[in-house]
Amino acid sequence: MDLVTPHIGLVFWTTLCFAILLFILGKYAWKPILAAVAEREQSIETALLRAEAVREEMARLTNENEALLKSARAERDAILSEATKVKNQIIADAKEAAQKEGSRQIELARIEINNQKAIAMADVKNQVASLSLEIAEKVLRKQFEDQKKQDELVKDLLRDVKLS
Amino acid sequence: MNKSSILNLKLFNISLICAFFLIAGGFTNSAFGQEKAPEGSEKKFEPKEIILEHIGDSHSWPVVGEVMLPLPVILYTDKGLEVFSSAKLMPADSAVYHGAHYNYKLEKETVKVVDASGVVDEAATKKVMDFSITRNVASMFMAITILLIVFLSVSSAYKKRVGKAPKGLQSFMEPLILFVRDDIALPNIGVKYLRFMPLLLTIFFFILLNNLLGMVPFFPGGYNLTGNIAVTAVLSVIIFFVVNLNGNKHYWKHIFVPNPWWLFFIMIPVEIVGIFTKPIALMIRLFANITAGHILILSLISLIFIFKTIWVSPVSIVFVVFMDAIELLVAFLQAYIFTLLGALFIGMAIEEHHTEHTEVL
Repeated sequence: MDLVTPHIGLVFWTTLCFAILLFILGKYAWKPILAAVAEREQSIETALLRAEAVREEMARLTNENEALLKSARAERDAILSEATKVKNQIIADAKEAAQKEGSRQIELARIEINNQKAIAMADVKNQVASLSLEIAEKVLRKQFEDQKKQDELVKDLLRDVKLS
Repeated sequence: MNKSSILNLKLFNISLICAFFLIAGGFTNSAFGQEKAPEGSEKKFEPKEIILEHIGDSHSWPVVGEVMLPLPVILYTDKGLEVFSSAKLMPADSAVYHGAHYNYKLEKETVKVVDASGVVDEAATKKVMDFSITRNVASMFMAITILLIVFLSVSSAYKKRVGKAPKGLQSFMEPLILFVRDDIALPNIGVKYLRFMPLLLTIFFFILLNNLLGMVPFFPGGYNLTGNIAVTAVLSVIIFFVVNLNGNKHYWKHIFVPNPWWLFFIMIPVEIVGIFTKPIALMIRLFANITAGHILILSLISLIFIFKTIWVSPVSIVFVVFMDAIELLVAFLQAYIFTLLGALFIGMAIEEHHTEHTEVL
């Protein structure tokens, strides 16, 4: 049948046309187009990858910052609590020292007072003694102004002596 | 709101397409009418002849009605080359052209050698090879020109707009090119796909454009190039050579060393036949699909002339519009299938087998 018999002319022209078309399009169209498309896809892919990397880097940095902030805050808190503790310690120490010093001072004062009192007492005693001696001297002088009395005393004393 | 606007757009598109095909159908009708009117008022309308004439080839290019564009006739005879205009063979069956070596006459769109008395000399005709620029060849030149213009301009757009998003024609063609690459070449051929991309892309767009132009019912479209067995045969032979020249040792081993060795006397002939049936199937598939579509549409239009009443036309037109829509799908589908199977055969021929026998086909 005519319909399914290939004509030599059409076979020839189709082969020629297709070969020319394949050559020209292959060289000047498909190659540059495919290369350009591949290149664009590549660049888009790298851009996406880079964006992803940047995003990750950003996330990492944010995390790092947060961690840093957190640790700084913790450190601050630690330092503050340490300082409070030290302050309290110092106050306590100071109080204790003051108390000790105070009581020592009081003790010293007491000893001093006692000393002074003893000295004063001794002084008073001396004075009382000398006064009494003076008084006694004076009294004795008064008593022994006349001779008779002296003799009497001596006789008394002697009597005492004979007895012993 | 958005949905309704899309729907409106769709309706608009559909009505536009319908209108286009109505006009186109009308055009074809009138073309038919005019063709047949002068001599055919008493002559019986022969749909078979008309249809075969339209899906076949001819030595002149019908423009409108009886107006024909003469095309060059190139004959390679045993005495030398003959080139003359097909207008000299018109009207067919009666006009005799006295060439340098023989006398010629056009009979059923075939150039025949005639003797002095006008009787066809079959023996001499056999010695003459017809390399004429027929309607199909001329339309192929046109299609190739369109392809070259389109893709060279797209290619230059890529050069001008390096690294930028595609624009205009470029953005229309890029999805198709990427479709061939990502859905046809890559999955079927694999990593070595780039070598075969020019061939696959050229075949795809060549078939697609000719399918689509073949559907345009008026000049310069309406030809039946991809429904011509010569064209599909050439394309299939190209696939045949590409497949078998690129076949690696696994491919040939698969053919000549059947797995259970004692099957060789069945398997080797079967495999050798298989080498040829694959491209032959490609050839027949494309030819039959496109030709069948053309025959169907033309038959439906012929109904009007068979019944000789205008009142059949609404029925014809509804069916023709329906068939045109299907043919539009087939135009894409057949271009896709031809390229896909070509890629599949190439992929099978260059595939690196890791196991002894993985292919079952």
